[in-house]
Amino acid sequence: MSNGWNTFVTDFRFVFIQDDRWKSLFQGLGNTLVITFFAVMIGIVLGAIVATVRTTYDKNNGDMKKRNPVGFYILSIANVICKLYLTVIRGTPVVVQLMIAYFIIFATSNNSTAVAVFAFGINSGAYVAEIIRGGIMSIDEGQFEAGRSLGFNYGQTMIYIIIPQVFKVVLPTLCNEFIVLLKETSVAGYVGIMDLTKAGDIIRGRTFSAFLPLLGVAAIYLVMVVILTALVGCLERSLRKNER
Amino acid sequence: MKLKRGLAAVLVAALAVGMMTGCGSKSSDKQAASDKKETLVMATNATFPPYEYVDGQDYAGIDVEVAQAIADELGMELQIQDVEFGSIISGVQSGKFDIGMAGITVTEDRKKSVNFTNTYATAKQVIIVKDGSAIQTVDDLSSNTKIGVQQDTTGDIYTTDDYGEDAVTRYNKGADAVQALLTGKVDCVVIDSEPAKEFVAANDGLKILDTEYVEEEYAICVAKDNDELLNQINDVLDKLKSNGKIDEIVNKYISAE
Repeated sequence: MSNGWNTFVTDFRFVFIQDDRWKSLFQGLGNTLVITFFAVMIGIVLGAIVATVRTTYDKNNGDMKKRNPVGFYILSIANVICKLYLTVIRGTPVVVQLMIAYFIIFATSNNSTAVAVFAFGINSGAYVAEIIRGGIMSIDEGQFEAGRSLGFNYGQTMIYIIIPQVFKVVLPTLCNEFIVLLKETSVAGYVGIMDLTKAGDIIRGRTFSAFLPLLGVAAIYLVMVVILTALVGCLERSLRKNER
Repeated sequence: MKLKRGLAAVLVAALAVGMMTGCGSKSSDKQAASDKKETLVMATNATFPPYEYVDGQDYAGIDVEVAQAIADELGMELQIQDVEFGSIISGVQSGKFDIGMAGITVTEDRKKSVNFTNTYATAKQVIIVKDGSAIQTVDDLSSNTKIGVQQDTTGDIYTTDDYGEDAVTRYNKGADAVQALLTGKVDCVVIDSEPAKEFVAANDGLKILDTEYVEEEYAICVAKDNDELLNQINDVLDKLKSNGKIDEIVNKYISAE
């Protein structure tokens, strides 16, 4: 038993401590967090815009056609663009999108982290859009009618009555999407970015040992996801205060 | 409820045992089949022309043909596993693959993990730059140069040691590093000379600097505890060298200048 422990300690020293290899793990972790954080920001903004366009179109296209034909056409075009965006982004793998962004769209950009933020943000936006749209659609039609009968217009009904309810509905799914995104950034190594997975890979390549680098990286991801889940749990509990 | 849960646990356990024994019997079947002609599993990274690359549906290159010649001499069947370069040595070490052959340079660090056969080819690390680049010789490289490499190759290891972690951008394939050089994401690429020639020939506006970065030797790696295979391969390599077979294969892929 103590022999096995000693081997473990020796291996641990060799894999993580020697040559300051743990430093590249932390640098990688930093890059992973930076990419995830800013991609989440882009995803939320983009997702909210796309979801707004899609639901506004779906809920209003009937009477808007008669009342405001110009606005209707603009909205129709925006809706088609959003649908196209959703189809393309959800229909292709994120690794391929990342490489297209890196080697084709931003071929001349030298800031690979920014390119990754862009690629993951655009990707996440599509999924967030559908999550928010699903949330809005799940709110009972009676809530809209109640808002309108109070004299609110469509926008006011949305802001004061629907969105607060939507927020609570979508939070668990949204959290799930961000956990997925955090782990999806592990493909950033494809374009030469040193994220957490790549840092583990480099240690694996230098030490020719697979066991500790892989399990170490897995443990760090797990800890991050557990922390993230706990934070969202707190938020969910405080949002549930009005319920019995 | 509790009873049900207990029942489920028993079922899961039974299933797991069933799967394990299922796997066990399957692998012993395989063993029996391979007794007729043993397989020699070779790990490589087929993105490294002219040593190993994918040609149509098949693997081709110097390493592939040399390995085939060795397998023929030993009366074994060659099976090629295309994996990431960085996974080859640890895979050989753990016994997943019998040999690793991917233009692998013999280094002291690698010798700690695996044994190397006698060398079968020499190579050098060279520097690829764009035409008109400010980098004229190896002395123009510094810690401020953006150097592109294929991850875990000696080009990666040496430049990281010489110019530091931040100067080096690591790509999964040599071709990706060259693509990054073409679009200005890195200033130069340090890679083995023969693949470098292929990459430069395939893309306009690139050149190889006259001064090489470092010279090195390729060998086949075998697990530490597999001395029998190591000796067998060394014997065959000697034979292939003396009867001119290796030169013949090399000349087929690399035209003498």
